[in-house]
Amino acid sequence: MKSFIGKRAIASGVSLVVLIVIVFFLSRLTGDPTDLYLPLDATTEMRQQFREINGFNDPLIVQFGRYVTDLVQGNFGQSLRQARPAMDVVLEAFVWTFWLAVITMALVTVAAIIIGSLAAFRVGGVFDRIATFFSLIGAAAPDFWLAIVAIVIFAVKLHVLPTSGTGTVWHWVLPVGVLFIRPFGLILQVVRGSMISVLSSAYVKTARAKGVRSTAIIFVHGLRNAMLPVITVIGDQSAAILNGAVVVETVFGFPGIGKLMIDSILLRDFAVVLAVIMVSALAIFIMNLLIDLAYALLDPRIRY
Amino acid sequence: MVEHLLEVRDLSVEFHTAAGTVNAVRNVSWHLDRGETLAILGESGSGKSVSASAIMNLIDMPPGKITSGTILLDGRDMLKMTAEERRLINGAKIAMIFQDPLAHLNPVYTVGWQVTEMMTTHGQTGEGAHARALELLRRVGITDPEKAMRKYPFQFSGGQRQRLMIAMAIACKPDILIADEPTTALDVTVQAQVLELLQELQQETGMGMLLITHDLGVVAEIADRVVVMNSGCIVETGNAAEVYRNPQDPYTKKLIAAAPGKGAMPEESSRLGDPLLRGVGLKKSYGAFQALKGVDFFIMPGETVAVVGESGSGKSTLARAIVRLDDPQEGQVLYRGKDLLAMTPKEMFGLRRDLQMVFQDPTQSLNPRMTVYQLISEAWVIHPDILPKAKWRNRVSELLVKVGLKPDMAERYPHQFSGGQRQRIAIARALAMEPKLIICDEAVSALDVSIQAQVIALLEGLRREFGLSYLFIAHDLPVVRDFADRVIVMKAGEIVEEGPVRQIFEAPVHPYTQALLAASLDPDPDVQAARRAARRTQEGLVFA
Repeated sequence: MKSFIGKRAIASGVSLVVLIVIVFFLSRLTGDPTDLYLPLDATTEMRQQFREINGFNDPLIVQFGRYVTDLVQGNFGQSLRQARPAMDVVLEAFVWTFWLAVITMALVTVAAIIIGSLAAFRVGGVFDRIATFFSLIGAAAPDFWLAIVAIVIFAVKLHVLPTSGTGTVWHWVLPVGVLFIRPFGLILQVVRGSMISVLSSAYVKTARAKGVRSTAIIFVHGLRNAMLPVITVIGDQSAAILNGAVVVETVFGFPGIGKLMIDSILLRDFAVVLAVIMVSALAIFIMNLLIDLAYALLDPRIRY
Repeated sequence: MVEHLLEVRDLSVEFHTAAGTVNAVRNVSWHLDRGETLAILGESGSGKSVSASAIMNLIDMPPGKITSGTILLDGRDMLKMTAEERRLINGAKIAMIFQDPLAHLNPVYTVGWQVTEMMTTHGQTGEGAHARALELLRRVGITDPEKAMRKYPFQFSGGQRQRLMIAMAIACKPDILIADEPTTALDVTVQAQVLELLQELQQETGMGMLLITHDLGVVAEIADRVVVMNSGCIVETGNAAEVYRNPQDPYTKKLIAAAPGKGAMPEESSRLGDPLLRGVGLKKSYGAFQALKGVDFFIMPGETVAVVGESGSGKSTLARAIVRLDDPQEGQVLYRGKDLLAMTPKEMFGLRRDLQMVFQDPTQSLNPRMTVYQLISEAWVIHPDILPKAKWRNRVSELLVKVGLKPDMAERYPHQFSGGQRQRIAIARALAMEPKLIICDEAVSALDVSIQAQVIALLEGLRREFGLSYLFIAHDLPVVRDFADRVIVMKAGEIVEEGPVRQIFEAPVHPYTQALLAASLDPDPDVQAARRAARRTQEGLVFA
């Protein structure tokens, strides 16, 4: 187990280093941030001074060397825009996104498992048809459209929910609701498919011959076996939100990591972009590890 | 009218499929009393399992539909009960065990949990159920039950898993135990132990036992009465010994005649000259497990050599080693004096066609996306020197006729054939190579007895016609007795005994060979009764 995590960490670490190098140099290709930060009437000396302070005058390779040296010492650089450590900015935003992902995916998982399992129990029944119909629409609906429609309906027409920002519980409803729909549709389909094959398996026949109740057959005998393929998709979808639900966060003005990423790229706030990437990478690494652990937890035949 | 423990009257079940309505069983009636064993005997597709599924409420409706009949348990019609009443009967009053215990045990829960669940489902407390589960595991012969309770199904052997299934089934002391092919996937010695366990448990509890099987030997060993089924109907019913002695129905007669192990054994043939194939000191390990521990053997031209042994004996590893599907680590395989293992892939390619293999499961070994014509003619695509393309069509037709199929079947796909027909296609495919030696790895094990007899007769005929040699790998001794010239008995990667078939069957020397023969079931109930008696006396002497 330890060596498994170790190997994983090394492989992920190598990918992260390569990614940092690529992003560092690519982002510099977008141009000099000086013009974005200084007023239009700033003098050449002021511009020169800004460049000097932020080290933009040095050759790229020297800038990279400096970045790496700082990084090794645990310094992720300064945010140009906010003039404070980049990592502080990123972690603040990450906490918002983290909770957004946790709340959304917890709701998605519970709902998709219950509805998907029940749909699988009577394949082709009314409940199954309705669930399948809506889950397919949900899985296919684009979130930018959903977000705008949701704002139009709930904020503009009905005036029941705030359109953007944070502050109250009500601010969470629209972002969570919109983010919920696609993973819910997808995961419901996976749960249903997986459950159908599990319910036709030999050990379910044994359970029926034992006189086990239908609910226990589905949720005790079936579910644990059916969860294996589902977990992978839950992991993927969680990672997608953690990585920045860019569209939804931007539309709803939600101060998460997706919005931060877009803003930092537009403002050429390089240190923040790199810090976002590192935090996301770490989150995905942990996410994948959790998926593998969940596999081993659910299926005794899987051991690392 | 006498009231039976369980009685099925005029049961008809149909299945509505895309291809039309299938009458799974028609007007089936039988009954079971306390303490007796009734066997339902039939081949695949005979509907032998359908009435048991109806009793257990395991038929999915739709596509299934019970069109007529009653199932009386203690005089009450089960088909008129509510789903909840049926559920409470399952496990508590009628329990069932199945053919493949690995697939029928839930892979992600411990066996202790699964055995306990049977009892908690039917109202026992967790603690009491746990204690009883330990007792049950001990009773069915699981060593170290405390530890076994915490293990998962995949951590047990096939025989142990079936014992666990039995422990689970008898947990609530059911009145009736239904066993659907309970020993089919097991080795002969394990089969004998499991059947013996079932008989003991029946004597202890007085439960009625319904045994569903295709195996006359199992019927002879364990059944009091037998119901013979063919394509959904009961063709004959009666006392097991009487039905065997004096079958009335033509189908029963055919089935009994097809049972292997009755034919005359060939006289010892002294074949002179050089062997076709020789194995010298073959060794193969997978990690720490030694599958072959130095095996020597030979096959003469035109000879059929059987390799028998139970699972894990290394017999399939040996087959794979000979054709280099899986190279051994040490030893030589000399084909006409040349070592196959030392050959380059190019040299080996030329010889591949001489050594062909027919596998156990034709469903898996034939590519489902290829037609029969493509499957057979592929041999000539790979080895173009065998036959010019213009003659392929005719040759495929000839080969199909030779294996008992029709030339117009060439354009069909494997899934359009039955199991026996598919195995014939696999044989035709092997023959297309014009081989010198065919290795049959459990080639007839999955087939019904009547089909098995036909395939064996086919192989025998081909041997005479083409002078083929066979290496016939099997776990089924009666089949070997009918077909082989010489027998090699393997156990745990070693050859323990070897000799002409008559010698092995009539005067086995090694205790393992003797045990194998003693455990194999004779279709004759009287023979089985005599063997049982002999076993008991022996045990009595041991314990006295």
